Amino acid sequence: MAATLDAQVPVRPAAGALLSRAVREGGFAALITLGLSFPILALRTEQNMANELVLVPRWSWVALLCIAVFIARFVQIYFDNKLTRTLLVLGCFTLLGGLGRAVNAAFDGFAATVFTIGLLLLIAGMVWERRVETAGVTTPLSPAAKARWAVVTRYAGPVALGFLAVYPMAMLALAGPGGSIKWIDNFGIQILIYVMLGWGLNIVVGLAGLLDLGYVAFYAVGAYSYALIATKVIPETFPALGVWAFWVCLPISGLLAALWGIILGFPVLRLRGDYLAIVTLAFGEIIRLVLINWVDFSNGYAGLSTIPRPSFFGIPFNASDTGFAAVFGLEFSPIYRTIFLYYVIFALALLTAYVTLRLRKLPVGRAWEALREDEIACRSLGINTTNTKLTAFAIGAMFGGFAGCFFAARQGFISPESFTFIESAQVLAIVVLGGAGSLVGVVVSSIALVGGFEILRELEFLKQIFGESFDPAQYRTLLFGLAMVVIMLWKPRGLVSTREPTAFLKERKTVSSSLVKEGHG
Amino acid sequence: MSALATDAPAAIIAPGQPLLTVRGVKTYYGNIIALKGVDLDVNQGEIVTIIGANGAGKSTLMMTVFGSPRAREGRITFAGTDITQMPTHEIARLRISQSPEGRRVFPRMTVYENLQMGASINNFAHFDEDLARMFTLFPRLKERVDQRGGTLSGGEQQMLAIARALMARPKLLLLDEPSLGLAPLIVKQIFDAIRELNRSEGLTVFLVEQNAYHALKLAHRGYVMVNGVITMSGTGRALLADPQVRAAYLEGGHH
Repeated sequence: MAATLDAQVPVRPAAGALLSRAVREGGFAALITLGLSFPILALRTEQNMANELVLVPRWSWVALLCIAVFIARFVQIYFDNKLTRTLLVLGCFTLLGGLGRAVNAAFDGFAATVFTIGLLLLIAGMVWERRVETAGVTTPLSPAAKARWAVVTRYAGPVALGFLAVYPMAMLALAGPGGSIKWIDNFGIQILIYVMLGWGLNIVVGLAGLLDLGYVAFYAVGAYSYALIATKVIPETFPALGVWAFWVCLPISGLLAALWGIILGFPVLRLRGDYLAIVTLAFGEIIRLVLINWVDFSNGYAGLSTIPRPSFFGIPFNASDTGFAAVFGLEFSPIYRTIFLYYVIFALALLTAYVTLRLRKLPVGRAWEALREDEIACRSLGINTTNTKLTAFAIGAMFGGFAGCFFAARQGFISPESFTFIESAQVLAIVVLGGAGSLVGVVVSSIALVGGFEILRELEFLKQIFGESFDPAQYRTLLFGLAMVVIMLWKPRGLVSTREPTAFLKERKTVSSSLVKEGHG
Repeated sequence: MSALATDAPAAIIAPGQPLLTVRGVKTYYGNIIALKGVDLDVNQGEIVTIIGANGAGKSTLMMTVFGSPRAREGRITFAGTDITQMPTHEIARLRISQSPEGRRVFPRMTVYENLQMGASINNFAHFDEDLARMFTLFPRLKERVDQRGGTLSGGEQQMLAIARALMARPKLLLLDEPSLGLAPLIVKQIFDAIRELNRSEGLTVFLVEQNAYHALKLAHRGYVMVNGVITMSGTGRALLADPQVRAAYLEGGHH
């Protein structure tokens, strides 16, 4: 592959040296890949008919991976232009995919299509590289186009909000009541829950700079508050509240979670960084273990079921004569509840964002950010760091509690299994990958991480390339790790690393904060 | 945060009367004694400096005044109030401001936001007026106002740290090594600004410095600290002329 590429490249000064360096580096990277992939990829254990484990070698996979890594490294070193690199790498990878199909199945129409696409990408890359060499252009966008693009991005926020507001309706119209549930529930609601959790944790981690590995504890407090109050307290005391249970419990869940935030906050006030992270991690585990072991209270592993679902402000979503569909003269369908739930979490997430944006401009929010930057300087400016930390924990926890209450109401069933450390880790990953402190970054990384995993289930066509036994969803964790490494290499401060100042005297200047070193602990 | 507004109206001290008094203060880091019984006065309207070598305990003294670390023995009073056991943020609310060692500006916040943080103790009363004053004092900060703290040069960061402390309208300004790592010209600018503040507004300044020559030239009175003990005190001029001080802190070519 490499030989065909460099044959078409116009000769540059010192091209020979560059070429040999690119080949050397590429070979080195491929060698490392070989070493790493040997235990993971090369040998697979499978059960045969006699129930024995047999080793199945998969050398073709290893070979494909090594070639892919070689190409990526080679192109990265040999070509300067980003667009050239992207096109060439994509083209080569598509060709490799076609090769995989040809080896695994047969050289059929599908493989031929893949080959054609790969070749087209390669040709586009070479043509573009030629233009770079001869005409000296470096980007396909002219300055005028870039200016236009800047105008577009200014309206991106309102457009995105508008899109989210019409999303369930659009899905309903496109896919019908049956087909749209997946898109509204698995994608819409699921992503928005994580957006909300990310925004809540963003207050603690992103703004106040307190590394919290146990955020899921507050999510659990919110969920169990709702579940217990709605299934045990309300039926015994005020059964009339039944249909309003969710709306009554939502603020209570938030307040209880905030209370637990303060309870956690007190012992960890003096801790920072790694030590704080360890204690919060332990706190998250304590809450989960209590929920598992205190069976009388929480029903242990079995969890709580028949949690009442939210009503449309007193009108339940059921098939009865007083249900939502009957009242509004619609045909009964579960989709209405799903759409309603979507709007509830959408509103809750917007509330979180609004409160965060408002608080950032108030003394308490500014004190959070100053605390993240430099605690000692904060104290010498008369900021009460104790209260500042406690408010950050409490408000962050409150939004976690809201999300937990919503989660319980959406699922109708909760158990400690839903509140494991991996949830905390995922929310933290969303905040960090998005760029700590950035609301937009959290949305982007939620879509990428949560939506990306859901998308993996949809990628049936990959089976055409890697064979029938290939299940993309199984590679979830691997891709998760890969995404973390790649983003941290490419954007060490997260996707949106520019901190938007809360106040300006003269004008907006965008000095990227990635140029600025982190405040010392 | 509402507590920010409650600042105790400390007694007004006449010029020349003690504003800050330190008596027999001993400070420990664990079992290691850092200050071995320090006595010191800063009078209203004075610039007082404390000079000494690395590790003499100068910065420890300044931090002890601020309550972190706390003095294990002795008494510190400010304008008649005993502040020895007060939490740091409450000491700050008595209108003691500090420009800490190493500047400690908020790197990802703009110059404007840094100055806002300084004024938050006042609840932003007279914010615009004070901002204008800071820009007159340090015109460079006006040019950099919407730039992030971390992108400023060392001298600009020092100016910002001092301006941030001044935004609180302090009765006493503590400066910890403002000349650290700065070019002589910038050091001169900063010291001139301090002199000007003291002359025009009667600001009381307590300055910790290694740059003994500049500090003693600027200060009305000075103390020399060695190994956690004050060994000498006197007017700035007298200390500058003292052969022992010259031998220990000035030989080896400060201008």
